[in-house]
Amino acid sequence: MNGTAATLRIALVGNPNCGKTALFNLLTGTRQKVANYAGVTIERKEGHYLAPSGRNVRVLDLPGAYSLAANSPDEAITRDVVTGRYPGEAAPDLIVCVADATNLRLHLRFVLEIARLGRPMLLALNMMDAAKRRGIHIDVAALAARLGMPVVETIAVKRGGAAGLIAQIDAFEPLAALGAVVAGGNVHIPQAPSAPDLHAQVRVMLAETVTMPRRTAAIDDTLDRIVLHPVFGLAILAAIMFLIFQAVFSWATPLHDGIDAGIQAAGAWLGSALPDGALRSLLVDGVFAGLGTVLAFLPQILILFLFIFVLEESGYLPRAAFLLDRMMLAAGLTGRSFIPLLSSFACAIPGIMATRSIPDPRDRLTTILIAPLMTCSARLPVYALLIAAFVPQRTVAGIFNLQGVVLFTLYLAGIVSALLVAWTIKRLRRDKSEHALMMELPSYRVPHPRDIAIGLYERGMIFIQRVGGIILALTVLLWFLSSFPAPPVGASEPAIHYSLAGMIGKALHVVFAPIGFNWQICIALVPGLAAREVAVSSLATVYALGGNEDGLQAIVAAQWSLATALSLLAWYVFAPMCISTLATVKRETRSWRNVVVLAGYLFGLAYFASLATYQIAKALGA
Amino acid sequence: MGVSATVFEVNDTGPKDAIAQRLRDFGFVAGEPVRLVARGPLGADPLLVQIGYTRFALRRAEAARVTVSLETSP
Repeated sequence: MNGTAATLRIALVGNPNCGKTALFNLLTGTRQKVANYAGVTIERKEGHYLAPSGRNVRVLDLPGAYSLAANSPDEAITRDVVTGRYPGEAAPDLIVCVADATNLRLHLRFVLEIARLGRPMLLALNMMDAAKRRGIHIDVAALAARLGMPVVETIAVKRGGAAGLIAQIDAFEPLAALGAVVAGGNVHIPQAPSAPDLHAQVRVMLAETVTMPRRTAAIDDTLDRIVLHPVFGLAILAAIMFLIFQAVFSWATPLHDGIDAGIQAAGAWLGSALPDGALRSLLVDGVFAGLGTVLAFLPQILILFLFIFVLEESGYLPRAAFLLDRMMLAAGLTGRSFIPLLSSFACAIPGIMATRSIPDPRDRLTTILIAPLMTCSARLPVYALLIAAFVPQRTVAGIFNLQGVVLFTLYLAGIVSALLVAWTIKRLRRDKSEHALMMELPSYRVPHPRDIAIGLYERGMIFIQRVGGIILALTVLLWFLSSFPAPPVGASEPAIHYSLAGMIGKALHVVFAPIGFNWQICIALVPGLAAREVAVSSLATVYALGGNEDGLQAIVAAQWSLATALSLLAWYVFAPMCISTLATVKRETRSWRNVVVLAGYLFGLAYFASLATYQIAKALGA
Repeated sequence: MGVSATVFEVNDTGPKDAIAQRLRDFGFVAGEPVRLVARGPLGADPLLVQIGYTRFALRRAEAARVTVSLETSP
C-alpha cells in the first residue's frame, strides 16, 4: 500500500462523447504521459495534478463505454479497469463518472450500472454551459440525493470549469471508503439488471429532477438536415476532404521552405567553420542534410492533424461515417471504419489503435489490414519531394494548384486500392453473419482551442522525438555505411560507390531495376523500413556524400527520369516498409499471421504497381 | 421524414443477440418515443433514429429488431 496515502488514484468513466477527455485535459493540463507509439498505448491515458490540499491526484482517462457488458475491445478496457481486473492496475480509489448534462437520458443509465459496483464514486455533470443555453434545468441536490453520491457541475471547456470537481475530489477520503471495499480486491460485476429496469429508474429520476424545453438542440436539427442531406451532405464531405489536401500542400509551403532554408544555412555555416574531414562530413552531409529535410515536414503534419482534430471535436466525423456506411458496407467495411481510416492519413499507428472502437472483430481486422493504404504523413516528404521536382507549379481550372491535384490523386489511389482489398477480403471470408453499425451521432460542438493545442503539441513532440531519435540514429548509421570503406587511391567515382552502402544498394538494384529504381533509391529503401520519411533524408545523405552540392530536389529533377519518379510514387502508395506499423498490427491482433499477410500483400501490390507504372511510362517515352 | 412512433419491444434474432442487448442499453425499451430523423444517401440505409435525447445511426437490419407502434395522429 505504499504511496496510496499520498496519491489518490481516480478514473474518469462515462459514455462516449460526454467530454471526458476535455475534462482530463482541464484537470491535468499538459502533465500527461504522451501516448507514444512504441510501447505506451492510448488505451488508458494517464496524467496527474496537485490538489489544493497538496495531495497528488493521478487521473486515468478511460475509453468511453455504453455499458459494462462490453461490446468492443475499448469498452472491455473500461470494464476491466473499473472492476479492478485490468492486469497491473488496481481498481481506482475513486470513480469519477462523467455525464453530458444534455444527454442524461442515456448517460444516467450507465451511471446507475456503475453505481451497482458499490465502489466509491461521484458524478460530474459536464457541459453545463450547453445545458443552460438550451434552457435545461437540473436540480443537482435532488439528483445527488436520488443517486446517493456527490454530484458536481463542470464545464470542461472553460478555465476553472472543474473547480467544483477538484474540491469534491479533494474532500474524498479513501480510508473512509476502504472499509467498504477491500483494497486491491476484485470487484464482482453484479448480475446485469434488465435494461428496462435501469431505464425505468432513469425515467423517474429525470422526471423528478430535470426540466428541459426540448429533447434536441435546435442547431443540431438544422445542421443535420444539411450535412446529412443525400446530395449536399456528400458534396460537403467531398469539399472538406479536398480542402484538407490543398491546405496541407499550399499553406505549409512557406513554413516548409523557411525551416529547410534555415537548417541548410546552419549546416553551411557549421561546414565553413569546421576543418575538412570525417566530422565535418558527418555533421553537414549526415545530420544536417538528413534531419533538415525531414524536420521541414513538421508544418504539413501539424496542419493535417489540425484538420483531423477539428473534425473529430466538432462531431462531424460520425456524420461522415453515416453518409459513407452503405458504400463502405459494399466494400466489406463499416461506416465506423471511416474514423480510424481518416486518422491513418496522419499515421497508420493511431489509426490501427482507433479500430478498437469497432465492435465487430471482422470489420476491425479488415480495417487494420487496409489502414496502411491510407497515405500516412510519413509518405508526404516523399510525395512532396517528387511532386515539387517533377510537377510544374501551375493553376488548373482556374483555382486548383496542379501539385495539389497530383497529391490528391495519389491519396485517391491509396483509397481505391484499400476499397478493392477490403472487398477481396469480404469475398474470401467464410463467416457472412450480420455486422453491426449502431453508432451515436453526438451533438455538434465548437472545437475547443486548448484541447486542439494539446493534441497538436503531443503530435509535434512525437514527430520531433522520432526525428531526434530513430531518424537521427539511422541517418548517422547510413552516413557511416556510405562513407566506409574509403575509396581506393586514384578512384574515379565519388566515395559512396566503393562504400558498404554502395554495395548494398547495387545488390538490391538487381531486384528493383525492372521497376526503374536506381541504386541510390535502393539504399534509401533500407533505412526507410524503420520510418518511411527516412527515405528522403537517406536520399539526401546518399547524394550529399556522392559529391552533389545542390539541394536534393534539384538533383532529383536533373538526374531521374520521369518514369523513375512515377514508379517511386506508385511504390509509396503501397509502401509496405514500416516496422512500427507491423509491430502495432502484431500487438493489436496478437497474430503473426496477420502481420505476414499485411506485409506480403503490400509488398506484392507495391512491386506490381511500380512495375506497371515504370514500364508503361517508359513505353510512352517518359 | 420526421416520423414519430413509440417503442413496443426489441426482438432478439437468436440466443445472446448482442445487437438487441445494445439497442436496449441505448434506450430502446417499451414505451419510449422514437423518431426517424434521416436516411442514408444510398438505398436509404442506414437510418438515423432519435431515442431519448440521443441520435443513433442504425442499419436497416438493426432497426428491424425494434417493433414500434406508430403514433395515431392526435
